[in-house]
Amino acid sequence: MGRFGVLGKIFTLVAAVAIVSVGGTAYYMQVLSSNRLIISTTTSLFDTGVLDKIERHFEDTHSIDLNFLSVGTGLAIKFAERGDVDMILVHAPTKEFAFLEGGYGLCRKIVAYNFFTIVGPEADPAEIADVSPEEALTRIANAGRSGETTWVSRGDDSGTHIKEKGLWNNAGFDLTTLQGESWYIEAGAGMGETLLITEEHSAYTLADMGTYLKYFNDNLITLRSLVTQGQPLLNVYSAIAVNRTLHSNANFDGAIAFIKFLVSEEGQQVINDYGQDLYGQGLFFPAARLLEENTNSTLAQWIQEFAFLNGCECPPEYQNGQFQLYS
Amino acid sequence: MFWEVIEAFRKAVELIVSFDSTVIEITLRSIFLSGTATLLSALWSLPLGIMIGMKEFLGKSLVKSVFNALLGVPTVALGLILYLILSKHGPLGFLSWLYSPLAIMLGQAILISPILISFVASAVEAVDPQVIDLAKTLGASETEASVAVLRESREPVFLAIVAGFNRAIAELGIALMLGGNIVGWTRVLTTTIALETGRGNLALAIALSTILLLIVFSVSILINLIERRRR
Repeated sequence: MGRFGVLGKIFTLVAAVAIVSVGGTAYYMQVLSSNRLIISTTTSLFDTGVLDKIERHFEDTHSIDLNFLSVGTGLAIKFAERGDVDMILVHAPTKEFAFLEGGYGLCRKIVAYNFFTIVGPEADPAEIADVSPEEALTRIANAGRSGETTWVSRGDDSGTHIKEKGLWNNAGFDLTTLQGESWYIEAGAGMGETLLITEEHSAYTLADMGTYLKYFNDNLITLRSLVTQGQPLLNVYSAIAVNRTLHSNANFDGAIAFIKFLVSEEGQQVINDYGQDLYGQGLFFPAARLLEENTNSTLAQWIQEFAFLNGCECPPEYQNGQFQLYS
Repeated sequence: MFWEVIEAFRKAVELIVSFDSTVIEITLRSIFLSGTATLLSALWSLPLGIMIGMKEFLGKSLVKSVFNALLGVPTVALGLILYLILSKHGPLGFLSWLYSPLAIMLGQAILISPILISFVASAVEAVDPQVIDLAKTLGASETEASVAVLRESREPVFLAIVAGFNRAIAELGIALMLGGNIVGWTRVLTTTIALETGRGNLALAIALSTILLLIVFSVSILINLIERRRR
């Protein structure tokens, strides 16, 4: 028996187990970290499940472990600016431009697009079905002010929230005024949760088509997609690598490999096919070929007007010599 | 919606009884991370608790009330502080611990330290002071005397450790803010429940909630049994 008896032994054992567990985890992390790629992304991409599918395809052919943080565009960009992630996958062009111009990001590629939709209860008390987005918001505001309906705002600085604020501005409303009104609720939540809140309140909200279709087809919501048409509702997703000269820890090579995969034939096919079997239509549309072949279709033009900086998706000074991405 | 919920419950039972690999993996990770956090916390909390309980010193009641106040520290507040410390631009950013299992272990270990310290200090104080005197008369050193005290109060100390584990495995704020709910890496019971509900994946959320409740209840029953034995 040692001087401290059984308790001493137990304490030594506790210490040994704790040290082995922490050490083991640290070692495991060390082994993995060289191949880890941390991507902060929007809740809309994550909630639909398309990223799970992309991850499976990517990891089949690459020895890089993808780690997604689902946080919303505003926070995703903040994380990247702080250097806590290696890459972002977001949908708010104006914020992306600021991110590039601030020197935080490189090698932006537009990977996919779809449309936002204004959804609401089947009864549609504000009568917005198939009117223009601006007109729809005006009618919702009028109905809200007379106590007939509610608007649920994401309120989380996400890409969808930024789009929503832009639409209210276009329709001639002042956001600070709106925030003070009782029919305008701010959820402060991701897309999926906001849809569930909207469903509970029989309210209206702006959603990306992908998340809406998934929730509708999974019978989680009965909300109808009421306004879907028009350039103002265009939604464009881009990938940007974190600048490694600013954050030397960033896994830049991993990020470039993943961006290349996203715009490759295979990656674009995965994006295109996702949801076809379950929902009868794709949730996202691939954007790479549409832009490359520069067919002067209305859509390519809409994307260029909405999501291009200085006439291209990534100005040369931010291309970091990755010319094959932009040829 | 009603039938969806019933269906989700049915699927949840299926997930549990079929030992679904995702469910098992997340459960084991939760137990491993929170268990290690508890042991880690015990390493510094037990000596500290015994010291505070045994020694008389200036400001002792202040120290004790500080730890008592920290018992209820909001996990998100602690999560935020640790996020700022572990973030790349924070003082410990060079470790690259953020969004890793180590960050969760560290955070939960700190979270439950006040529980362990407070409980252990009170338990030690309740030990008859004659035990210390007797031990010292028999020629025990300071350290040996504290081991004697710990032996007298081993059950409340064990309870403190178990209660700490319960708090660690059931908390969400730290695991989410420092772990990031990354698949196959930092996804634990509470973060998965929170995020899968938002994604509409009710079956998985219900299955994991059931398991979490089972763990927390079993631990509570264990605590009760021990307390009954003491009387």
